[in-house]
Amino acid sequence: MKPRPWLRPALVVMLLAAGLVLGGCFRGEPLPFRLTNISGHMPDLDFNLTDDNGKAVTGADYRGKVVLLYFGYTHCPDVCPLTLAQLHVVLQRLGPLADDARILFVSVDPARDTPAIMHAYVNAFDKRAVGLVGEARRVEALSKRYRSAFTREPGDADGNYEVSHSSAIYLFDRQGRARVLATPSASQDDLVHDLHLLLNTGAKS
Amino acid sequence: MKSTLLTVLLGGLLMAGGARATDADHIRASHAWIRVLPGALPAGAYVTLENHGDQPVALRGASSTVYAEVMLHQSSRAGGVSRMTAVDTLTVPAHGKAELAPAGYHLMLMQPRTPVKPGDRVILTLQFADGSTLATDFLARPANALDAGDDQGMPAMDHGSMPHSHDH
Repeated sequence: MKPRPWLRPALVVMLLAAGLVLGGCFRGEPLPFRLTNISGHMPDLDFNLTDDNGKAVTGADYRGKVVLLYFGYTHCPDVCPLTLAQLHVVLQRLGPLADDARILFVSVDPARDTPAIMHAYVNAFDKRAVGLVGEARRVEALSKRYRSAFTREPGDADGNYEVSHSSAIYLFDRQGRARVLATPSASQDDLVHDLHLLLNTGAKS
Repeated sequence: MKSTLLTVLLGGLLMAGGARATDADHIRASHAWIRVLPGALPAGAYVTLENHGDQPVALRGASSTVYAEVMLHQSSRAGGVSRMTAVDTLTVPAHGKAELAPAGYHLMLMQPRTPVKPGDRVILTLQFADGSTLATDFLARPANALDAGDDQGMPAMDHGSMPHSHDH
C-alpha cells in the first residue's frame, strides 16, 4: 500500500510531541503553562542568604510555598518597584490562594541594602514579599545558578550608582523546582494563570 | 506724533512678546505622580506632556524644593537586563506628546528634605531647553501603585502602549 503523503509529516509531529511530553516528565507533572516552561532546565531553588528580619535562610525554608524569585535593589526607583507592584497585583488577583506564594526579592546591591531597608521596601509592596540580602559571593552564586547577571555601574562624584540586573522572574513549585520564566512585560493574565496552576499543584508545607 | 510713536513702540513690544512665547507656554502636563518609596530611597516621578505648539519642545529636567536632586532618567531593557541611564533631554514633538511612565523615561527624585507620604502633593518645576519652567503638581502615590490613579483631565483616547492596570 502506498503511504499517504500526509502520513510522514504527521508521524514526525507525533514523535516530536511524544518527545516533548516525555521531556516534560522530569520529576513532576507537566503543566500547561502559558509563559516559558523551564521545568527540568534550571536547578532547584537553593541559596544561603539573610531575610529582611535578619534571619539566616536557605531555599529549603521555602519548600511548600510557590516562589517568585526576582533580583533587584532598593535604590532602583523605576523598574524594580514597577515589577514588584505588578507582582502584588497578580497575587491580589489570586485571592487567598496566594497566601502560599512568596515573592523573594534578592538584592544585587549588598553594599547599600541591609535587612532593615529591605524590610521596609518589600513590605511597601506586598506582605508576601521577602527581601533577601547576603555577601556578594552568595548573591552571585544564586544569580549564576539561574544564568542571571548583575553589574554595578560606575558611580558619580556623590557616590551614587546604579546596578544593571537581569529582569527575569523565576517561578518555583512547592518542591522548589524551577518551572516558569517570566519577563517583566509578561501579561498579568498569563502570570495569574501559571501561578494558579502551581498553587494548585503539590503538597503544602 | 508722540502718541503715534508710542503706539508703534507698544505694538512692537506686544508683537515681540507674542513671538517669544516660551517652551513652557505650549506644554500641558497631566497624570503627574510620584511613586513613594520608604525612607530616603530615590523615587520615580511620572507625567504626560502635551505640546500644543508648532515646534518641538525639549524637557531638560526638573527641580524641587522637596528633593535635593532631580535627574531625567531612562530605563531600558536589552538582552534580559534592566538598566537605567541619565539622559540630557526628552523631546515633546510639535502637536504631540511624550510620556514619562514606568519602565521608560522618568524623573529620579533624590534625597527628600522632608518625608513624602502617599497622598501628599509635591511641586516639581519642569525645565525646558529655552530656560522656561512649568511648576507642576505631582501626587505622591504608594510604592505599589501602577499609575496616577486618577482620571483628572484624561483625554478619552489617552492610552499608550503602557498597560493601565489599577491597584484597587
